[in-house]
Amino acid sequence: MGIRSDEPELRALMLAGLNGDAAAHKALLTRLSDSLRGYFKAQLARTSRGAEDSEDLVQETLISLHTRRHTYDRSQLLTPWVYAIARYRLIDYLRRTSASAGNLPIEDAAEIVANDDQAAVDSNLDLDKLLAGLTPKLRQAVQLVKLDGLSVSEAAAQSGMSQSAVKVSVHRGLKTLSRLVGKRDRS
Amino acid sequence: MKTDKLIDVLSANVEPIKGGELRHALAVGLGVGGAIALCLMFAIFGLPADAFRSEYVGLKGLALALTLGVAAVGAGFLVRLARPGQPARLPLLPIVLALFLLIAASCVTLALTAPSAWSRLMLGPQWSACLVCVPLFAVAPFASLIWALRKGAPTNLRRTGAVAGLVAGALGAAVFALHHVGGSIPFITLWYGGPILLCTLFGALLGPRLLRW
Repeated sequence: MGIRSDEPELRALMLAGLNGDAAAHKALLTRLSDSLRGYFKAQLARTSRGAEDSEDLVQETLISLHTRRHTYDRSQLLTPWVYAIARYRLIDYLRRTSASAGNLPIEDAAEIVANDDQAAVDSNLDLDKLLAGLTPKLRQAVQLVKLDGLSVSEAAAQSGMSQSAVKVSVHRGLKTLSRLVGKRDRS
Repeated sequence: MKTDKLIDVLSANVEPIKGGELRHALAVGLGVGGAIALCLMFAIFGLPADAFRSEYVGLKGLALALTLGVAAVGAGFLVRLARPGQPARLPLLPIVLALFLLIAASCVTLALTAPSAWSRLMLGPQWSACLVCVPLFAVAPFASLIWALRKGAPTNLRRTGAVAGLVAGALGAAVFALHHVGGSIPFITLWYGGPILLCTLFGALLGPRLLRW
């Protein structure tokens, strides 16, 4: 099994992110997005699908990585965790676009290293449309904390919610967003 | 949407993660599901007055130990299944081993008994109650385990559903064992093992629908 050579570095970023270091979390997602892009393009090409949806998959996977971060076991390697989530998103995508996942070739974690790709960084996801799918309370919390970049206490003061209500709303909002992303192609 | 924009959104005001959320959710799921099953059992059968009659205490102890053991091993396995990228195969070994031992012990018991008494051993009183009640008592634990697993990120949905069914079935059987009086080793193998297997099968069927994320 190939474990990428920058595993220690990525894992350190992940651990810092889990402790609340936003800069480390951002650095991690940025670096992973390049690897994921290469991975999905290669995989979609091999399943004789167009590569144009690869950016959607990159973004869906980033959302999954973020909202499921608590499923990472700090004592384990990071790459297999990322890879398993990326592969799950790929299979889920192939399934809901009614293709057989059976023709997905056998590969391993080395694949995710193979080709970084920083081209095409736009997707068909429309953030505003996705946000419109949230309840007003969740939308406001996500808007204030995640888009406007306010701190939780500032957002609480501005929205009249308690701080814990803001935290819970942001968390629920992101969960809902990741569900909406998955539903988009099935509707 | 630009990917950079999404990354900005996701990494704005990152909340620290304590760790242990998954274990906590599964423990809550097991506790709540088990408690509901227990209440259901009391509601249907009442408090088991003669449930601990001395002649069957050994068998009851065996049934409880086996079912709770299977539930515990399975629950530990679920924690791994809910985490992406963790190799997950080995812990099923003790369960399979227990099943083989039970089947072997049943065969020995049957071999030591006259064939004319076999049907009395296998179809002791309450076999039909067993068949109905074990899956019935497994419904609540299964639902609460699915709730807990949805907080995780299982990537093999069928296997995760099957193990959730197994744990729920074993819990349902443990709850039924509290009420159940009588039986024999072949009886336990057949009428506890069978329904638990049935629950496992249902779990495998329902997993891919219920656990998608």
